Amino acid sequence: MLPLFARMEKIMSDQTIETSADHVPASDVSASTEHGPEKVRRQTAVYVYEAPLRLWHWVTVLCIIVLSVTGYFIGAPLPTQPGEAIDNYLMGYIRFAHFAAGYIVGIAFLGRIYWAIVGNHHSRELFLVPIFRASWWAGVIHELRWYFFLEKTPKKYIGHNPLGQAAMFFMFVLGMIFMIITGFALYGEGAGAGSWADTVFGWVIPLFGQSQDVHTWHHLGMWLIIVFVMTHVYVAVREDIMSRQSLISTMVGGWRMFKDDKPD
Amino acid sequence: MSQIETFYEVMRRQGITRRSFLKYCSLTAAALGLGPTFVPQIANAMETKPRTPVLWLHGLECTCCSESFIRSAHPLVKDVVLSMISLDYDDTLMASAGHQAEAILEETIQKYKGEYILAVEGNPPLNEDGMFCIIGGKPFLDQLKHAAKDAKAIIAWGSCASWGCVQAARPNPTQAVPIHKVIKDKPIIKVPGCPPIAEVMTGVITYMLTFGKVPELDRQGRPKMFYGQRIHDKCYRRPHFDAGQFVEQWDDEGARKGYCLYKVGCKGPTSYNACSTIRWNEGVSFPIQAGHGCIGCSEDGFWDKGSFYDRLTNIPQFGIEKNADEIGTAVAGGVGAAIAAHAAVSAIKRMTTSDDKTEAKQEEHS
Ligand code: HEM
Ligand code: HEM
Ligand code: SF4
Ligand code: SF4
Repeated sequence: MLPLFARMEKIMSDQTIETSADHVPASDVSASTEHGPEKVRRQTAVYVYEAPLRLWHWVTVLCIIVLSVTGYFIGAPLPTQPGEAIDNYLMGYIRFAHFAAGYIVGIAFLGRIYWAIVGNHHSRELFLVPIFRASWWAGVIHELRWYFFLEKTPKKYIGHNPLGQAAMFFMFVLGMIFMIITGFALYGEGAGAGSWADTVFGWVIPLFGQSQDVHTWHHLGMWLIIVFVMTHVYVAVREDIMSRQSLISTMVGGWRMFKDDKPD
Repeated sequence: MSQIETFYEVMRRQGITRRSFLKYCSLTAAALGLGPTFVPQIANAMETKPRTPVLWLHGLECTCCSESFIRSAHPLVKDVVLSMISLDYDDTLMASAGHQAEAILEETIQKYKGEYILAVEGNPPLNEDGMFCIIGGKPFLDQLKHAAKDAKAIIAWGSCASWGCVQAARPNPTQAVPIHKVIKDKPIIKVPGCPPIAEVMTGVITYMLTFGKVPELDRQGRPKMFYGQRIHDKCYRRPHFDAGQFVEQWDDEGARKGYCLYKVGCKGPTSYNACSTIRWNEGVSFPIQAGHGCIGCSEDGFWDKGSFYDRLTNIPQFGIEKNADEIGTAVAGGVGAAIAAHAAVSAIKRMTTSDDKTEAKQEEHS
């Protein structure tokens, strides 16, 4: 059997990912080898997602839920409130929550871009899709085959799997940029001519034709984000169970645990 | 004294007293959102400045802009402004006709080269070399280009001249286009609306006549003082919107109580106009006050944005016209069903290939 460190080396070189000082490998392998061969489950782990990235992920999750729910009710408001207008402020609160979450998600997104610059190798995967690398495309094909039940064994990935990476970039990153730009353009309309949002994003309105078109596209954009989230969460849960590595706990604690020590 | 009369002289000649004249100046200041300190400034400008000639052209249109204009709230405003401008050329309102009228147009262009304001109501159709709108035996397009060449500034009256309006709606058989598509080298002031509010029209023209410059415009070329806000921003039903109190159906309790018309398709949140502040017919009312939502008549392409009773645009590319939510729920539902099916297949696969077997196999390999 290969010594632990050589094995780690192998996993990493298979992934063509440079190892750096913060990728401290850990293992419970020595503890489990003492027991019977059927029970042996060697685990290796790599630190992939740093704290700011994980914090960003879960803040964004919260905001997107708030934005989608409130956004939906902005488009199709709840039934009329009884009583006098002065005693009610339902649309006001819903819109406030939407705009507050919009600000948070927007600023967090900028923070995420900053982290892609200063963070570790994996922090850049979200924004830099290696579409010119043949091995990446091979990975996409492999993943597609895996989801169509044509592959028996999944591959191991330290960072995102190639298909996930593509979805994250083309649906989520581009979708979010679109939602943030159109969202703040609409926000600038309410904030009024001369407000910062109008000054920075006001050009968006005539670009689409008029305000109504921006509303329509912003609304459609929500469904794109929802479709991404649905598949993303399903795949995260499924892969957590079916793949050879940890997923959800990785986004919580940062460590990627591998369930076996076989090469790819 | 200059050979061209001043505004004041024109007015006096029209039989307007000095007292009425001053009243007009303060009204104008108010309409333009200027403080009382501007009244003497306006009066002074009108007394000393030679009157700016205005040419008013008509292309493909329904003349609702002219109809609106001559109903301006204060009779004085329209008398003054109208008499000042109809002196020159407006083929609907002026006294002369035929060759005589065309001669006046030509004369004004020659005499006031680079000085006059060109007001355009309606727009030019481009198809068949412009044959769908003939003025004085020639395509309107030619007349427009000719008159625009030596104009100081151009006012685009109404949604036709500003955006294209109904004659440019799909499928636009005459290829009618807003005037900024054919005139690119002059400042164009867009005064959209179908029609624009009378006080807005007289306000814009009075501003330009008195101050001799173009009012401050927004990104799309509309005067900020009248088009700086949406109907929704100043709507008197807005508190019901914020409270979440809506007219759900045209004849329900909410409709009687004057609740917000958002759910029955009010386009106030996406329409820039002054209806909710200046209102119509001498400030009597405006559509929302009458219980009907805004249809967004001052917005670009408002005929092509689906029903007047939908807030969002329909998306015709999807075969049957569908709105964003219908498409969204269909796609999300499809994806949801696919996920459920995929999860089921995954679970079955997992059960049939038992853990022991895989682990045993893995052991063999290592
Ligand atoms: C994932 C992100 C987002 C989703 C899913 C979302 C969803 C929605 C939806 C469905 C609407 C209703 C559109 C309509 O029917 O008219 C809406 C409106 C709006 N959203 Fe967003 N939005 C998002 C991000 C943002 C951001 C970042 C901002 C910026 C502050 C923003 C600002 C607005 C504004 C100003 C409106 C119009 C509200 C109104 O007309 O009263 N949104 N959003
Ligand atoms: C609104 C909902 C969500 C959005 C918009 C979202 C978005 C994202 C994005 C953009 C990434 C890439 C992170 C990066 O590279 O910086 C990511 C990764 C991840 N997310 Fe989410 N997420 C959402 C909800 C969830 C939920 C509910 C879970 C848990 C079940 C989850 C689990 C994960 C996991 C495990 C990863 C890492 C995947 C990998 O290691 O390849 N996400 N998510
Ligand atoms: S009636 Fe129309 S403009 Fe007025 S508050 Fe409601 S949605 Fe806005
Ligand atoms: S309320 Fe709306 S549709 Fe009615 S005149 Fe004003 S802008 Fe046009």
